[in-house]
Amino acid sequence: MLVLALDSATNVASCAVVKEDNILVEFTLNTSKTHSERLMPLLSQALDYADLTLEEIDGFSVSIGPGSFTGLRIGLATIKALAFFTQKPLVGISTLDGLAANLSHTSGLICPILKARRNELYSALYLNSPGGQERISEYMVISPEKLVAFFAELRPEEITFLGDGTSMLPNNLQDVLGPGCVTASELDRLARAASIGFLGLKRLKKGEHDDINSLSPFYIKASAAEDRLRQKTVTCEGEGNG
Amino acid sequence: MMYRNKILAIETSCDETSAAIVADGRYVLSNIISSQINVHQKFGGVVPEIASRKHVEAIVPVVHQAFSEASCGYNEIDGVAVTYGPGLVGALLVGLSFGKAAAYALGVPLIGINHLVGHLYAGFLEDPDVEFPLIALVVSGGHTSIIYVPQHGCFTVLGETRDDAAGEVLDKVARAMGLGYPGGPEIEKKAALGNPKKYEFPRAWLEKNSLDFSFSGLKSALLNFLHNAEQRNEKLSVNDVAACFQEAVIDVLVEKTVLGAVQNNVKTVMMVGGVASNKRLRLRMRERLGEEGVRLVVPSPELCTDNAAMIGCAAYYKMRCEKFSDLFLNAVPNLGLDVGNYQ
Repeated sequence: MLVLALDSATNVASCAVVKEDNILVEFTLNTSKTHSERLMPLLSQALDYADLTLEEIDGFSVSIGPGSFTGLRIGLATIKALAFFTQKPLVGISTLDGLAANLSHTSGLICPILKARRNELYSALYLNSPGGQERISEYMVISPEKLVAFFAELRPEEITFLGDGTSMLPNNLQDVLGPGCVTASELDRLARAASIGFLGLKRLKKGEHDDINSLSPFYIKASAAEDRLRQKTVTCEGEGNG
Repeated sequence: MMYRNKILAIETSCDETSAAIVADGRYVLSNIISSQINVHQKFGGVVPEIASRKHVEAIVPVVHQAFSEASCGYNEIDGVAVTYGPGLVGALLVGLSFGKAAAYALGVPLIGINHLVGHLYAGFLEDPDVEFPLIALVVSGGHTSIIYVPQHGCFTVLGETRDDAAGEVLDKVARAMGLGYPGGPEIEKKAALGNPKKYEFPRAWLEKNSLDFSFSGLKSALLNFLHNAEQRNEKLSVNDVAACFQEAVIDVLVEKTVLGAVQNNVKTVMMVGGVASNKRLRLRMRERLGEEGVRLVVPSPELCTDNAAMIGCAAYYKMRCEKFSDLFLNAVPNLGLDVGNYQ
């Protein structure tokens, strides 16, 4: 089974074609240039270089969020059109799941973190076991301070951070969290379409697919306007000042 | 009927998700419009982030319906047209990303279309044999422009608003008067029952022979007028105020357009854009141009508002000149009209 995957959730634009035991092609740009311009040319060239045509693709997989709202929509609108006109199935894969999958053999906790707006991060926790990787927390929106405070109390023996949000963590992380805390190497730190492709392939092989009509980005956060409207109509519980 | 050319067109520049199939530049086989008005109503205007979110949910059902209503197979499509500006960038990007991937998947040319040029081509959809040269008035919530069009694919802006667009002022005043959103149709309804001579509101003519517009003075005058009446506890007739305000907007739109037609010695005027569906404006414009021996072409109201059929029509003429876009095409939120030129 050939799966074409896209990830445009962060500053990275990535396109890959994977099959069960191999990555046939993977193009990744981490130049913070506009995805709207480059994603389709990247995809077209990836297929050309792999000597593949769109008709040969059996299914599509897209990084669905959390991440940049606009980036997510560019990727999803692109993949929806491809799946629609080729009449092949598509699946949305959590951007955080995709990142964590970069570290499929790391022991200890795996904590992908992505930059969100307004000094916040998107994150979740993962653990590798002989059966495969498992997410062991909810997806969350959290400030860097709260995230660090949480782990400072937990004191995990081993934890690996990755994702573009690592730049928002303090430099002296090891002093705060102990020697078992590391940041993934440059090789594994960023989003890759191949990870989204393999996770998508796993779901597609099981016969699963998402509804092409209703599939939406996993924003986690409501839009600012909806937040304001809600605050007008509902008395909100104030957050404790930490 | 056998058609020589079929274009799939996509338009998502503001709060309407639309897809159409247009044959030979004049036959609208389908024109599906999914409006988000009720979503934005509670915010009193279009919220860009929410508009973008709705587009990504609506795009596939809308495109699907466009094909089924047209009884058209995917392999019958000869080109994909998509609006790439001007408009809300996040909203544009949904349609553009979908359109680029659609053109790629179908193996057909991509044709990027300027939204304003699209509005103009709504006129050609219903009357493909319109005589050149012509003057177009594009009047909507985002634009008020007078454009000279000597031939297909050639657009020169002769005048435009220096501040608010006509539709924008209608919306803002409607909001101040406690009428709903969108304001234009509400003002029109009230105005139809009012006396347009009751109050005198200013008309900004600007410099002699200028074809530019300015509506901010009128807007301020209206807001002050409403405010003063409130201070004095004076009960105003909403219908009369709406009628006098609407008349002030229409007077300027009509006279500037007539001036543009006379200055350039054209025999045809095209009026397009959301505000062009205003019945009073259509009547006054037709009467006044008639006095000058100029013909008015104005699309039916459903083609005046944002829709993909007009984008498909514009793309047909661009495609005839083999002016295609490539997969690098990006959204341009403030795209100028001159960028629509291809001849």
